[in-house]
Amino acid sequence: MKSSLLATPTEQPGESVTAPLVSDAVEQPSRRNFLKGSAAVIAAPLLLRSGESVAAVAASPPTVPWQEFLPDVIGVLGAETLDPPPTETANVAGGEAGRPAHQRWSEFSATAEPYELHAAQRDNWVFSPSYPAQSVWTYQAKDPDLSILSPVVFAHYGHPVLCRIYNDLPANHVGFGTPEISTHLHNLHIGSESDGFPGDYYSVTKAGPTLTSPGGFKDHLYSNIYAGYDEMQNGIGDYREALGTLFYHNHTTDFTAPNIVRGLVGFYCLFDALDSGNERDPTPGALRLPSHPYDYPLGFADRRFDADGMLYYDQVNPDGVLGDKVLVNGKIEPVLRVARRKYRLRLLNEGPSRFYQFYLVRPNNVIQPFTYIANDGNLLERPLLNQTFVRLSVAERGDIVVDFSRYPLGTELYVVNRLTHRLNEDTRRPYQVVAPGVRVLKIVVDREPPEQDLSQVPSVLRPLRPLPTTAQLAALPVRRFVFERRQNMWAINAQFVNVNVPRAQIPLGSMEIWELASIDDGWDHPIHIHFEEGRILSKTTDGRNVVIPAHERGRKDVFVVNGRTTIRVLLRFRDYKGKYVMHCHNLIHEDHAMMLRWDIV
Amino acid sequence: MNTRRKLLAGMGLGVAALGAAAWQRGSGLPPAVVRGSAGTQNFPNVTLYTHEGQAVKFYDDLIRGKVVTFNMMYAQCERSCPVSTANLRLVQKMLGERVGRDVFMYSISLQPEMDTPERLREYVARHHIEPGWLFLTGARADIDLVRYRLGFYDPDPLVDFNDANHTGMLRVGNDALDRWTMAPTLTEPEQIMSTINHVDMAMAHTAYPGPSLV
Repeated sequence: MKSSLLATPTEQPGESVTAPLVSDAVEQPSRRNFLKGSAAVIAAPLLLRSGESVAAVAASPPTVPWQEFLPDVIGVLGAETLDPPPTETANVAGGEAGRPAHQRWSEFSATAEPYELHAAQRDNWVFSPSYPAQSVWTYQAKDPDLSILSPVVFAHYGHPVLCRIYNDLPANHVGFGTPEISTHLHNLHIGSESDGFPGDYYSVTKAGPTLTSPGGFKDHLYSNIYAGYDEMQNGIGDYREALGTLFYHNHTTDFTAPNIVRGLVGFYCLFDALDSGNERDPTPGALRLPSHPYDYPLGFADRRFDADGMLYYDQVNPDGVLGDKVLVNGKIEPVLRVARRKYRLRLLNEGPSRFYQFYLVRPNNVIQPFTYIANDGNLLERPLLNQTFVRLSVAERGDIVVDFSRYPLGTELYVVNRLTHRLNEDTRRPYQVVAPGVRVLKIVVDREPPEQDLSQVPSVLRPLRPLPTTAQLAALPVRRFVFERRQNMWAINAQFVNVNVPRAQIPLGSMEIWELASIDDGWDHPIHIHFEEGRILSKTTDGRNVVIPAHERGRKDVFVVNGRTTIRVLLRFRDYKGKYVMHCHNLIHEDHAMMLRWDIV
Repeated sequence: MNTRRKLLAGMGLGVAALGAAAWQRGSGLPPAVVRGSAGTQNFPNVTLYTHEGQAVKFYDDLIRGKVVTFNMMYAQCERSCPVSTANLRLVQKMLGERVGRDVFMYSISLQPEMDTPERLREYVARHHIEPGWLFLTGARADIDLVRYRLGFYDPDPLVDFNDANHTGMLRVGNDALDRWTMAPTLTEPEQIMSTINHVDMAMAHTAYPGPSLV
């Protein structure tokens, strides 16, 4: 039986192969012939790897590094008057998508500062001068700064924000991605109607299953309260529940990965009395960490480019394609010029799949130490001094402080990734830490700061609320979630996503322990739980207790389950009701059904 | 609940009409250039055979310009196929007149040597499958090529060879838009419907607007 798989690498349209099954006298349908026939198939995937194949993807064309410069000062979103004015219920007649009413409207709308973002296609974005300028999708301001992709939003606890997100994506879009959006602000403590629920995607012509009608925009009431608002009765919540580094990104069901690959990601930095965003803050107790413009978010994204240097995405690859180029704020191998002083760098893994272990090194690959201050956007209780790496799975964040005053003018440093994956296209799990690693960002210390650096890293950052006692913990309800491969996709407790049905209904104000478990069937999963941060109580791998690393002993919202592991996470469900999700944040897994809806009732 | 359903139905019709009209008018912009390299699918034009005994070209006859769904099955499958087929049968009922006219459902046999067109015709009759949903078989090599190009494979060849745990994925796509995604066949039919509606430009509201049939 001639097999076209072993023949020419590319199938020509119109070419059909072999005689029809029914008329082939030799091929009697029989179990043995079936098995014999399948033997050729066993060989096929291995052979496919050598030629043009469905599995192996060609490497991105080479790029000349260190040609593009990241801005010295990040672009920050400014406030805009909104027209029509925001309303508690969806202004469908005015063009808003049919969302549920804003919870706590009367408490927060009066003081909410108005912002708008536009999800739009930007043509002529330069990833690298080695590749042609091309289209990307990004969130942008009304009058966008075209030198950057998504602007950073600066917000403050106690100061609500009303963010109107317009969908200006092209309705006639062809190719990977879909022009409907639902925007999740990861991981703000907000009402479900503003959380970017995956079924809440919208455009002028289409509405997702959990909205009532399409619309060109949707309002999000980012109350910017700490969790524990009802409990504390102080108008703002429990300051020990603050997040600092958040990010907003597309979360449209069925198309989360391609839409994010097209570029729909941005940063949202939250400040409060403690982490005030003013390094000269005279208020007693203010931390005075390095502040804007010395507070610099860096988003790392793995991408693949085709032979023409165009962004590539395989819409039907069931495992995803690992990006071999790492974008930093949308640029390949860019340069960041810094002043000789301390910087707060907020690192984010934007995905879709790669795991990173970043080091800061001199050109001779000698590792440079730094101070680690926050994980998943949450300041640790105490800074970790003399750290040498930041390990990030998809959607994890790590904030570090680097003191560039240690280096003379002209010093060049590199951020390198030393974490490999097993094969060029293996998205499943990380493999080994290998020096010297791949250089992804060049840092040049090129100027003295205009003023004296008065920023600090105090020895105490943000206190943690004490954990419940052992007896209290033992009395809490426990939910167990097993993350596993099923039927060529990924499932949670053997079930696949259904945005219409909650798999858990949790009473408002509850405290629970969620066990996140994997069974080592081949993939590592960064599991993300919306709405509240969790505390890791324990991690067990292969039946043995594992020490939680120092940077994970605070609050987190992404938990990596790998191998035969169970992580027990303490969670609360306060202040808001509605539908939320938990899912693997490997974007391919998320789109291949490893997600579930849970409700607070 | 009644008011909501009526509101949805009324809105759905109204907005769908608006949406469809807007789509036909176009947004005023020229269609975006289809870049062959940006991950567009490379579907082969091999000849397959439907359960009705017809020879069809895979791309030209089954996919070109259409909104389509594909899943894999085989007549002897006792584990997942009965439930998958039942879910898809409910999806077919929910699609109503759209199936075979606007949305085209296809199932491909993982065991083409065993699943002749006659066998598939029996399967269709046994599961009360209505017209508009074609079951396909063909030469083993062609079936495998089609399967790989649809993304129905496991990167591990041993796992890929094992039919018992075969894929439960429903490939959902709109060829005219080169937009491809998937839904699990083992989730509730409403969820599968909203994915199909997501890629179908005629549907302004992707929720299934009627009462649940389950």
